[in-house]
Amino acid sequence: MIEFRDLSKTYTANGVGHSALEHIDLTIEDGDIFGIIGISGAGKSTLVRCINLLERPTSGSVIIDGVDVTGFDGRKLLDLRATIGMVFQTFNLFAQRTVLENVTFPLEVRGDSRHDRETRGRELLELVGLSEKASAYPARLSGGQQQRVSIARSLANHPSVILCDEATSALDSLTTNSILKLLRQINRDLGVTIVVITHEISVVEKICNKVAVIDGARIVEQGATAHVLAHPQQDVTKRLLGEVRWDA
Amino acid sequence: MREFITQYGQLLIQGTGTTIVMTGVSTLLAYALGIPLGVLVTVTAPGSLRPHKAFNGVLGWIVNVGRSIPFIILLVALIPLTRFIVGTSLGTPGAIVPLVIAATPFVARMIEAALREVDAGVIEAAQSFGSSALQIIWKVMLRESLPSIVRGVSITFITLFGYSAMAGAIGAGGLGDIAIRYGYYRYQDDVMFATIVILIVLVQLVQSVGDLVARRIDRRDR
Repeated sequence: MIEFRDLSKTYTANGVGHSALEHIDLTIEDGDIFGIIGISGAGKSTLVRCINLLERPTSGSVIIDGVDVTGFDGRKLLDLRATIGMVFQTFNLFAQRTVLENVTFPLEVRGDSRHDRETRGRELLELVGLSEKASAYPARLSGGQQQRVSIARSLANHPSVILCDEATSALDSLTTNSILKLLRQINRDLGVTIVVITHEISVVEKICNKVAVIDGARIVEQGATAHVLAHPQQDVTKRLLGEVRWDA
Repeated sequence: MREFITQYGQLLIQGTGTTIVMTGVSTLLAYALGIPLGVLVTVTAPGSLRPHKAFNGVLGWIVNVGRSIPFIILLVALIPLTRFIVGTSLGTPGAIVPLVIAATPFVARMIEAALREVDAGVIEAAQSFGSSALQIIWKVMLRESLPSIVRGVSITFITLFGYSAMAGAIGAGGLGDIAIRYGYYRYQDDVMFATIVILIVLVQLVQSVGDLVARRIDRRDR
């Protein structure tokens, strides 16, 4: 379970503060596919990075499975990050490593033996349907294949949660669907909690059981996906749903 | 032609050997010092792994000072230091100290440029899997930029070829020394011409090998 309690994040540049997140309260239950949706600049990428502390909150706390992790540093912080997978919009694969070496990178960092890494790596490639690409390099793969590799990599350490930051935003609609199906399958079969950051309502509709709408650094609406989408309260939600005409 | 070879062949081969050894050893040592220096300059820069404004500023300043002194002046100015380190300011050992000191800041800047090319997103991904700063430097930054680093090695090698010729002026030996002694002092154009040809061939060779290796190890577009 991931909880945000009264979390705020302010960036200071040249003495001027800019608020990226304000008083966020949010609970993500185990097994959820939790959507966080908002327009560009709403603060959703910052919010998701507060979970593995790639971003440090200015105030408030992040609680994972009952433990306040907000102040973690050193070894404790690295160990925490190792238990949380992450998938990125631009895949962020290592260009000079093979697909297999990419997938097993988190295990290499942990110091697992070459043999253990390879066994786990092949298992993961099979899961994402790319066994035959093990010794290829990322440049040779399509966008969808690269994102599958990156999903496999995020699972290497048996994480209980994976964070997807606009994971399908660089992909066409057919590829998006196949990636979303893969995420849903991982959620169902492995029981992994998935946090989905997106600006596309269709992604939320397709795989998220819960959704929070973020706008202007605040959460303006949240609840079960079906409910929020059927009864949107906020203008931004309606806009994301396409209920407001684009040039209105 | 045959006469020229019997008369100067031995000398030119020896000179070529000396130049290669002098340049090679200096390149090696310059990388041994320049890689850590370049890594430090990169990771202490604002927004990088371990930002530290003051340390970064001082380091950058030292690197720039090293780069702003013309080599021929460095060569002379460093004579006391060279005597202290290798016991003599003459000959090949005497040339290696100023060559290394001239090349290290140059190497550091090239390493910095190569490391900066590594995509910030890729570094963030490595961080998200719990990599330590050292692991990111070693397993991500240096490894991902290896092809650029290799390209830099041939540039450094070639630059040092040029510098080593100047070191000939302090009696360092090698092709530069031969060109100055025979070509300049004795007006033997044929000897000077031969050293130029050898230098051209060496430079082409180093560049081609460097390019080939860099292309072979780069996995980006294939």
